[in-house]
Formats: sequence, structure tokens, C-alpha cells
Amino acid sequence: MIKKRPKSLVLFGNGINCEKETYFAHKVAGFYPDLVYVNELLEKPNLIHKYDFITLPGGFLDGDDLGSARAQAIKWKYQQLKGKEGFFVDELVKFVADGKLILGICNGFQLLVKCGLLPRLDENHKDQVATLTFNDSGRFENRWVYLKVNKNSPCVFLQDLDRLYLPIRHGEGKFISINEKVLARIREENHIALQYTDKEGKVTQDYPYNPNGSQEAIAGICDKIGRICGLMPHPEAYFEKLHHPRWTREEIEGEPDGLKIFKNAYSYCTENL
Amino acid sequence: MVFRIEVAYKEGIRDVLGEKIRRSLVRNFGFDIHKVTIVDVYTIDADIPEWVIERLKIDGFCDPVIQSSYVNEPCPIVGDWAIEVGFKPGVTDNVGRTAKEVIEAVSNYNFKFTEGVYTSRLYMIWGNLKEDEVKKIAEEALANVLIQNYRYKDRKRYIDEKGMGTLVPKPKGGTSMVVETFSLKMGIDSWMRLSKERTWALSEEEIRAIISYYKRNDVKEERRRIGLSEDPTDVEIEAIAQTWSEHCKHKIFNATIEYEQDGQKETINSIFKTFIVRATEEIRNKKGKRDFCLSVFTDNAGVISFNRKYNLAFKVETHNTPSALDPYGGALTGIVGVNRDPFGTGKGSKLIFNTDVFCFAPPDFEGKIPPRLFHPKRVLEGVREGVEHGGNKSGIPTVNGSITFHERFLGKPLVFCGTCGVMPKKIRGEPSYLKGAKRGDLIVMVGGRIGKDGIHGATFSSEELSESSPTSAVQIGDPITQKRMTDFLLLARDKGLYNSITDCGAGGLSSSVGEMARDTNGCVIYLDKPPLKYEGLSPWEILLSEAQERMTLAVPPQKIDAFMSLSKKMGVESTVIGEFTDTGKFHCLYRNQTVAYIDMDFLHNGLPKMILKAKWERKISEGDIPIEPTDYNQVLLDVLKRWNVCSKEYVVRQYDHEVQAQTIIKPLVGNENDGPSDASVLKPDPESNEAIVISHGICPKFSEFDTYHMAACAITEAIANNLAVGGTLKKMALLDNFCWPDPVESERNPDGSYKLAQLVRAAKALYDFAKLYGTPFISGKDSMKNDYVYGDIKISIPPTVLISALSIIDDPYKVVTMDFKEPESLIVIIGLTFPELGGSEYFGLFKKSGGIFPKVRGRLAKKIFLKLDKATNKRLFLSCHDVSDGGLACALAECAFSGGLGAEVDLSKVPVINVYTNDYILFSESANRFVVTVRERDFRAFEALFNGLPYNVVGKVRKDDRFVIKGIDGKVIINIDLKSLKDAWKSPFMAHFG
Repeated sequence: MIKKRPKSLVLFGNGINCEKETYFAHKVAGFYPDLVYVNELLEKPNLIHKYDFITLPGGFLDGDDLGSARAQAIKWKYQQLKGKEGFFVDELVKFVADGKLILGICNGFQLLVKCGLLPRLDENHKDQVATLTFNDSGRFENRWVYLKVNKNSPCVFLQDLDRLYLPIRHGEGKFISINEKVLARIREENHIALQYTDKEGKVTQDYPYNPNGSQEAIAGICDKIGRICGLMPHPEAYFEKLHHPRWTREEIEGEPDGLKIFKNAYSYCTENL
Repeated sequence: MVFRIEVAYKEGIRDVLGEKIRRSLVRNFGFDIHKVTIVDVYTIDADIPEWVIERLKIDGFCDPVIQSSYVNEPCPIVGDWAIEVGFKPGVTDNVGRTAKEVIEAVSNYNFKFTEGVYTSRLYMIWGNLKEDEVKKIAEEALANVLIQNYRYKDRKRYIDEKGMGTLVPKPKGGTSMVVETFSLKMGIDSWMRLSKERTWALSEEEIRAIISYYKRNDVKEERRRIGLSEDPTDVEIEAIAQTWSEHCKHKIFNATIEYEQDGQKETINSIFKTFIVRATEEIRNKKGKRDFCLSVFTDNAGVISFNRKYNLAFKVETHNTPSALDPYGGALTGIVGVNRDPFGTGKGSKLIFNTDVFCFAPPDFEGKIPPRLFHPKRVLEGVREGVEHGGNKSGIPTVNGSITFHERFLGKPLVFCGTCGVMPKKIRGEPSYLKGAKRGDLIVMVGGRIGKDGIHGATFSSEELSESSPTSAVQIGDPITQKRMTDFLLLARDKGLYNSITDCGAGGLSSSVGEMARDTNGCVIYLDKPPLKYEGLSPWEILLSEAQERMTLAVPPQKIDAFMSLSKKMGVESTVIGEFTDTGKFHCLYRNQTVAYIDMDFLHNGLPKMILKAKWERKISEGDIPIEPTDYNQVLLDVLKRWNVCSKEYVVRQYDHEVQAQTIIKPLVGNENDGPSDASVLKPDPESNEAIVISHGICPKFSEFDTYHMAACAITEAIANNLAVGGTLKKMALLDNFCWPDPVESERNPDGSYKLAQLVRAAKALYDFAKLYGTPFISGKDSMKNDYVYGDIKISIPPTVLISALSIIDDPYKVVTMDFKEPESLIVIIGLTFPELGGSEYFGLFKKSGGIFPKVRGRLAKKIFLKLDKATNKRLFLSCHDVSDGGLACALAECAFSGGLGAEVDLSKVPVINVYTNDYILFSESANRFVVTVRERDFRAFEALFNGLPYNVVGKVRKDDRFVIKGIDGKVIINIDLKSLKDAWKSPFMAHFG
């Protein structure tokens, strides 16, 4: 039987600004992507169900005016949907329950966390139990970082990956959980997907390797089933060799690290959906 | 009902922004402050249901993980002092607007026109401060009193009065919306006084031209027929003044100039046409079929062909005066403003990169700051942040730029912002770079609303900065409103929903509609139609407001419904405000009354031509030179620490330079991603190989000697930077930006004719060198009154030319970066070193400025450029770096520490002319030189290519971290490790801003 090529949704508008390259990374990985305007989701929430994979790209939703992604998070949590009970977050939960995937990058990660969709302990998305806030440096920074994948994480996007090199570009990327207990659960239940490391691959709290001072050097987390994932680094910024900051001086071998993440999503979709 | 919501950090949560403010207050004022924390305040003035506040209190206004919010009660955190800073009534409040949108989305409540959300910041400060110190902090660090109000309380008063209390900065609704008229019987003195008072910036001659127009019998007759007074209305005079402003008409650049040099006289009929346009025309003719220019000097940006699928539109603007008054808002508006230039070029383009070049006084300036000016450190930080927010939030990477320092930029900082857009070659079968309004098309204003912000920006920037500079000239940009607008308009473009588009910037609707109406020869504008931010604007204010984030479009009537419905769907406000006509009139109505009725021909062509005098005097500068140093290690470290040499990484890192995933050579390169790249390279189309190399050149420090050579150095440096990375002359376009002190002689400006001669000479150089290199100008801008005048104090900037260079290459793999890459590779210096240290960083270090300054040997430069292009095609270089500020010594050090590899260099091998001492070889700033490294096995190919040109192997790359330089007598004069060099180079920004 010939399987159909998976379809994916890349959100854009209202301050999202990485849609072009995210769209392209989807395409290179094998998906049929569509760009969907963010306001359209609240008007036609059912729209998402024809897709297999949703990416919330980076950017500045509403200018990060009430704190990163907060304004959009409020709309997804509290704005009455047209002709339908419930809120848009509930729709996303249904989407994931169908075995489908959601990836939030940078501002998209902030949005998932502030909507309660990550870490989603006990599969509860009503409460926000973690946040991403101002970097310890007090500055927005564009910087390439060394990353390590948590081998025990169920995250489908990071399966069989170990160490990655990707850029971060954010001012609010410091991961904080609401209390020690939540942090302990995030750690012990393997919600940690990706951590900042030094050049040698050792998880670190030292600036600038850990660019923001995140607890546990967290760069990305996932939900319990590993199908919702958020990360601060930008995989869509490294889908070809020439994106690497040192391609003029180093041999860059193999597939670009960012592309690997989208290819994992693709493999999952083709095998499971 | 008014709600005051305070949002504070929970106990134990770090407030990093508060800490950052504390650090800067301690560093900049030396005050005894041990803690600062920030409380965000939302003042909601609206009849919204209380349940909405209750819901949003939990996680709407605050982040429940780290913050708590308090409704109508002060937060429990109380410092020794509390300072609250909020916007003045009517100033754009972006966060307030977003808060309002959120409340509306959650509650289904629609805010009334007079209701609103206002944000402010409450700073809690712990420390031993006196009241005057608190005021100083408020005025000099926390608030910009031009656009913000502040209030403060000490701990006791704060507690006694139960917090700050509620304050609603609602704009006062105006009552009188009268249209004034000005009597034609008034004497010229009265007119001139009015011109000054009302910031018209009209000259006596211009006023006479206006009066004689209104006294024409045919004009009187037509005015009578339409029911308008013979006397001009305020709407009309404001529209004319704005259209005729220096900012819009470039009167000086287009003036007739009697130029005198060495006793010879010549008449120059427009600097712009004679030197800039003519250079481009001649180059394009010579290129013939290889010409890649599509639209030059006519549209908002210059358009060139990129590849078979796309064109590029590129523009660089300045936003100097607004940045002097409000560094953050001015620079933010500068960047989002220039975004609208390529966006409004042709049928519109998608924006793919920004550039930014700043000129400031040194951040360690210790002199007295004249009234109304800010300390250069505050200017730098404000401008940096403005461009950060403008660029980052718009999703446009900032890929190229620099910061140049000179004490005289205290008078006015220069803020150059550039943007490039990409457009498909054809849109619905029509060439994308062409546009035109058609008779009957509706005039549609899209984007933000109109307020009093930025009124008179166009005329005001045509005057010097003085005590009477109007506060209304400042706007605050909003990248998100603009992003929504551009997302919408690109879709509308591809659906073919409009015929023409232009930026609504300087001069507001008056300028944008006035310009577009030239396509059809007329327009009608209904000034009561545009949506306002608040009541109280007179018709002329509506016409002239420079409120941001607006575009003006010509939409055919049959497409207006589709246009408006797409606009609504994408959350963008669009309003039909009139129609393009062929009546020959610029016609405005307000509430059915005609308030302006001017002949299009007079409006656009009635401006009398300016006639100016320029006289060049050769200034001979004494060769006052420093004594040759003994400790070269130290001198090298000191030169690396010069503001013009040191690392700007602090600024670069805070700009997103990779969004859109196309930046294949980033501004920071090398083994630790922190070396200074000469240029950036972008590959905007992932499906094809063509790439853009973007660079610039600027060197105002040579202006005091001779602006001809200053401009020659700037254009050569821009091209050298481009070629160093792998660019090509074959498909290279240039942009020129002139920033000058007032070049019109008057009582207050006695050396005006010299400054004008400096302008002529700079433009001549650009003509000569652009022609020689075969690189056309495609767009540019001039800004002419960069002076500060206050009482007896006058500070004029050094004449400055910025050249931006953009070249297109077919093969991205030819590009090369500046960092050393392989031990044992040969270090080769290409180009000649002359004893040219006038204006150099080395002389500057010893407070000497005299001597011989750099001159460009153009023919040699061109030969070298052509060979560099070939060499990079053949992949002959491991690294290549242009030599500029700080000379060879700094260039070599930068290559070494950026590559993490040491060097061994013998100065006796450097190709020189008349240079006899080590310090001159190390620190001369002769133009057009390159440090390259070549593998031993490639050297024969290198020699074959560069045969006949000045070059020499001066040493080798080492595998360790030692940087060793042998003097001309064979003795080692510099021996130092790379870390010391890099640390010194990074130290100035770390110490002052880190």
C-alpha cells in the first residue's frame, strides 16, 4: 500500500516571523506544508484536524507585549470559539490524542508552556506550571549553542539523536518551574528533552554555553507521550550546510542538525499515521 | 471604571531587568543603590465587566509562575523610593494596545473610542538617595521627558498615601477644529515669523512664490468658484511647506551651485544630477546588456535584478534628529520606517535584511552635555535597543553594520538604517517594479491610526536641533502593527488587489497621496475619513501626521470589497479616504467643506530653485606626529581598544542576524563565532544558488582633511569589504547616504560655503570612483542640517558619506571569511602601504591628528578588486580581510585571534612606499589593502594571478597562540598571546555596557 504523504501546518501572522524557513524545512523533510494564518484557527478550529503535524514557529506574537506569547496564550485559553464549545487549547489536546504531533520553536515553545500544554504533567493542561522568562543576561541574544538530547526522553522529534548544534535567538528563554516538586517531576519523568552543554557535551549552567540560566540547563521539553515538544533553539535555522556558522573553516558532515528534527517528525508520521 | 493593576515578581524570583538597571545606575551615576525592581502597571479606563479583570488577574497580565498581580491595591513591595514612568497623553503605547486587544478577545467587550489601557512602569529603588538624585535618575535614565511623564514618592509618603495612586493619561479631546487662513496682505516679516513658529521651514523666496501663486487671477477665480477664500488655508500652507521641505525635495542637492576652487569657477546644476545620476547613467550605458538596474532614483528604493525569478529593492535612510531627541523611539522608527521603503517600492517587496550604521560620540565622553542632548552612552544604548526591537520583532535579520565614533557626533548622532526586499520578477504578468495609480482608483490608508505624533517631522528635520525643536516631531514605531500590515499587503499584492502602493512616512498623507496623485494629476482627500487615535486633531494635522505603520494604496473600485475583506480577516485597519482624479488639483475636504485646493503643478513644480555659493579652501595640516613607541605590545593593545577598532559583538549579538535562514556568512565569524566579518552573505532563495554580498564603507574621520578623499575612501572601503568576502564588481550596486552640517551660508553659519564645497568635492569623488569601478548608484539619501545650536553652543557633525554595497554572486561556495584557518599557510599582504596616518587610530591614541591622510589610487584599487574576484572564484584564499581602522597591525591581530591561530610576520616584507618606521607600517590606514592567507601549494597559482600587482608574503600562520611581529631591523617588536589581544579588543564594550 502506498502511504499518503503527511500534511503539516505552519502557523504564521500576528508577529510570527520564522514561517518561511519553517515551511521550507517541512518541505525538505518530506511534508506537504500549509501556511495558516493564526487568527483563522480561532475562527475555524476544526481546520487543524486535517493535518498530521503542527509547528508553532518563532517570532514575537503580539510583540511579546504582555510577556512572550502571553497575549496569544490567553486567547487560546479563554477566547470563546466560534460555533463550538470550549477553547482552542482543548482542540490541540484532541489533536495530540489522535496520535499527532505539535512542535513549538522559541516563541512557539513559550506559547505551549504558557497555554499549559507543556510539560502537561498528568496530562493536565489547565494550569501553567512552568515558564520561560528573561535571560539572566537581561539581553536578547543570537548565539549558536551546543545541545544534548535526553536519551530517556520519549520525544519523537529527538529519537536517535544525541548531540546537536543550533542557534538560539531569544530574550526570554530561561526555563523556570513553579516549584521544586514540579521541577523534580519534569526531571524524573523525563520531560526534559534537550539541554545546553559546553563544547565537550557536559550539561552546564555556565554562560554563554547555557545562554539564559535555565533550570537544569533546559533547552527543550516534551509532554509525557513525547508528541508535544517545545524548544528554544531554532532547528529550522539549520536545514542546509551553509547555515552552519563555521562552514568556511570546518568540515561539516552529515545531515544538518535542524533538519534531523523535522525528518524524525516525518518518519513518525509516515509510520504511525 | 478605572482599574489599576500592578504586576510584581514573587518573592525569590530574580528580576534580571531590575538588576540590569541597577548596574547601569551604579556605573553611570555612582549612586549607592543596592536593589532595583520593576513593577508593571496597567491602568484600564473602561466599563469592562469585573469578571474579566478577575480572570486576567490570574494569568493574563502576569506570569503566574513568577509574578502576582494586584488590582486597585499597591503591590506589597516597597522600596526606599518609588518612581513611576508612563507615557504622556497621546504617545503610542504598544503594550497598552495589546492589553486592550486581549481584554476584548476574552470578554467580547468593545472598547469605546474614549476608553483605553495605559501602561506605566513603577521602579522600586533601595538605596541611599537624595531627592535630587532620584529626579536625576528619573530624567536621565528611566524616563524620556519628551514623551514620558514621571512621578516619585519616598517610602514614607508611598506608605502614607497607600501607593502611587491612579493616573489616567487620557488625551484631552480638542474642541476647535477650525481651519485658519493667512492673509495675503501680511508683510513678509510676519510670514517669516509664522514660518519659524509653525515649523514650516520656508525661506523668504519660497514664501514670495507662494504669495504670488495665490495672487494669480486664475487661482483667485477658481477658489471663488469652489467657495474658498483667496487667502491660503493652514491646510494648504502646511501641505506646500511639507512638499517643499528639504527632506522631501532635496533642495540643496538639487540647487544651482557657483563652485570656486583654486581661483577657478564653475556652475554645478544640481549635485545630484551632475554626479550621482550621471555616474549611474554612464555606467548603465557602458554595461549595455549586462545592466542589471531596473528602477533607480525614481521609487522609494532602487531596484535591481537578482536572478531569473526575483528582483531586489534596497534603500538606506537616516533618522538622526528623532534619534537625538529620543534615541530609542527615533531609531525604532528609523528602522521600521525604512522597512516601508522597499516594501512600498514597485508593487511591494518582502523584506529580507536590514543594515544599520551608527555614528556616536565616544561612550566614555567626560565633557559637559549641552541642554536637550543625552550622554553618548544613553544615545548608543537607546538607539541599539530601538533597532533591536524594530528589526527583531519584524523578523528581518540585521546582517551588516558598524559604529563609528567621533566627538562631534555629540551634536547629532547619525542613525543609518537600511532594508532590502525581494520581489518576484512579475506579479500577475506585470513587471513587479512598476506601479501607477489610475484615475478613479480609491485612496486607501492601511495600518495604524493617526495621532499628533510626528507632526512636522519632514520640515523639522530640515532645521538644526535647537531649544525650540518641537516635541511632537517624535514618533514611536510599532513593529507588530507593521508586521500584520505587511503580511496582509503581500497577500493583497499577489491577488492583484491594488494598482499602486507607497510609504506613508515623512509628510504623512500630504506627501504619500500628493506623490501618487502625480500619476493621474489630481486627487480628492476627505480629511474626516482617516481613523484617529483620539479626538482633537485639526484637518491639517490629519493631513501631515507622521503616525507610523501606514501605507497609502490606490485600489480600483471593483476590487475594494475583496481588499477590505482580506484586510479585516487579517486584523488590519484599512480606510478609503478619497479618490485619484485628473482635475489637476490637490483637493482636500473636511466635513464637506473644501479646505485645500492647490494646483498639482504648483505643489510639485512651483518651488523656486535654490542658488548657492561654494568655495573650496585647501587646508594644509601640519605633520605633528607621535614619537616612535618602545613598547609595541602595549600600543597594539591600546589601538585595539580604540572605539573605532574594538569589538561591537555586544551590539551584533542582540540583533537577530539569522531569522529567515538565509544568512550564510554572518556578521560574526571564526573559530569562536566572534570575529569581525567584512561583509555578510545571504542566500535568500533556498532553491537556487545566487547569493547577495552586503557591505559598507564610512570614514568621517578623514573629512577634516579633504572630503574628496574621505568619500573616495568610503566607496573604496565598501567595495573592498565586499570583495574580501567574495563579492564581485560585475554585479554590484551602491547606495549613497550623505549626512552634512548645514552647507548654506548665513549669519549663523559663516562657513556654509566651505561646507558646501566639501559636499561638492565628496560628490565629485563618488562620481569619479563609481565610474572607475563601474558600480552604479541605485538609490540614496541626503540629510543636510546635522547641527546642534543652543545659545552660543554650536556642534556640527563631521561631513559623512556612507556607501552601502550589494553584489550578487552565482556561487555561494566561493565566499571566504577573515579568520586564519590553517597553520603554516602563507600570510600575504596585497596593496601598498603609504605613510598615511592623518586621522588614523594610532595618531588619535596620542591625540595627534595632523599629517598625510589616506588617498585612493583608483586604478590600482580596481585591478586588485578584479583579481580578488578571480582568486575567490578559484578558491585560492583560506582567509581574506580588508585592512581599515587600526591599520595592518589590527587587521593581522583580528585574523589571528578570530581563527584561534597565531602568526609570525616580518614587517620588512610589507610592500610599502616611503615608509621607514615600524609604527607607520603597522598603523598606516592606506586604503585598498588586504591580508590573505594562501596554502603553500596554491601559491604559484596566486602568483600567476597577481603578477604585476603589489603583494608580498610577510609570514606564516602559527599553530600555537603566539602573535609575533618582527620589525624592519629584524628584531621582534610584538610578541603576545591571542587571548590578551582578543580580551583587549573586546574590553571597551564589556566595560561600559556588559
